[in-house]
Amino acid sequence: MKQCLVVDDSRVIRKVARRILEDMEFNCAEAEDGAQALSQCQKTMPDAILLDWNMPVMNGIDFLKALRRESGGDQPVVVFCTTENDMGHITEALRAGANEYIMKPFDSEILNAKFSEAGLV
Amino acid sequence: MQTENFQFLADLLMKKSGHLLAPEKGYLLDSRLGPIARKEGVDSVDELVRSMRTRNDERLNWAITEAMTTNETFFFRDRTPFDLFKAEVIPHLVENRRPGVKARIWCAAASAGQEPYSLAMILREERTALRGMQMDILASDISEKVIEKAKAGIYSQFEVQRGLPVQLLVKYFQKDGDMWKVDPSLRQNIAFRTFNLLESFRTLGTFDVVFCRNVLIYFNQETKRDILNRIAERMAPDGFLFLGAAETVLGLSDAFEPVAGKRGLYRRKQMAQAKVA
Repeated sequence: MKQCLVVDDSRVIRKVARRILEDMEFNCAEAEDGAQALSQCQKTMPDAILLDWNMPVMNGIDFLKALRRESGGDQPVVVFCTTENDMGHITEALRAGANEYIMKPFDSEILNAKFSEAGLV
Repeated sequence: MQTENFQFLADLLMKKSGHLLAPEKGYLLDSRLGPIARKEGVDSVDELVRSMRTRNDERLNWAITEAMTTNETFFFRDRTPFDLFKAEVIPHLVENRRPGVKARIWCAAASAGQEPYSLAMILREERTALRGMQMDILASDISEKVIEKAKAGIYSQFEVQRGLPVQLLVKYFQKDGDMWKVDPSLRQNIAFRTFNLLESFRTLGTFDVVFCRNVLIYFNQETKRDILNRIAERMAPDGFLFLGAAETVLGLSDAFEPVAGKRGLYRRKQMAQAKVA
């Protein structure tokens, strides 16, 4: 079973995403912010990361940049999932090494489609 | 809905678009025709059909036919046909067409434009493989409304997240308020027009590739057979036909044969073989 780390400061979003991902046969872990996510990744790199942008402590883009500098940090497929929906944010995310980008609101269809674009399913 | 009203609608659709209205699709009537009923100032779809039966209003007949068409579509729908277009069709045409001759693609049920734009993006991405070969796309659909949308090339956030990789979104779209607009350069080789598949194809010219996906399912066997045979007449002898995942030529047309192992892809049968078969 593939591992997916869901990083979002909203408990509701984490719960919704987790339910969809578990239906897609992912094993899920959760983190509330970038700092928590980074320390979890330093222990075990997941196969996929669903990543919010705006979070306290460490935001999504700073987490992504830090992740890609870690040893093995180039491995996880990172899918942003955020309300930021302008071209500037999307290109910044891609430049920092994001593999796909979901603009909220999302549903299971979009999550499925984007995970399959990213080669995860 | 009253039986005679349902039958009237079924006959109307058969005549105008060739589409079958199966009784189990009756549930669609309220959601699709309700807005027209309200616009005409009547209380129900039954009432609307009753009033249609007494006057023969072509404008209203057409509005109803159009409202009953299904326009479900998304970018790179089913993916496989687009992979096959890249891996099989482009190399074949580059190899077998004279330099300087444009190849032609027909999207015969183009809906709101996602299919032709997906192809246009592939043509841009595969520029090297095309070795200078140009391809024009004719995008047609029976519904004027969806062809207008296709021409405008403006899509919602939801639509651009169905099937479109984000790298292509960034490359070929611009944000326009809450919507996303296709880069005008993608439209350069696409001609959009409304076209009813029951009409003669003679005015359309000939094609190297035809995408006729997820539309035959709405016709009866006889109309399916007729459309497939008329497509064959408009195709280059080595042309390619793409059908939807739930569609086939088998038992309908001898003019095509499936390409082994390539789901949804068909070739014109060579004449000698067709006679034997």
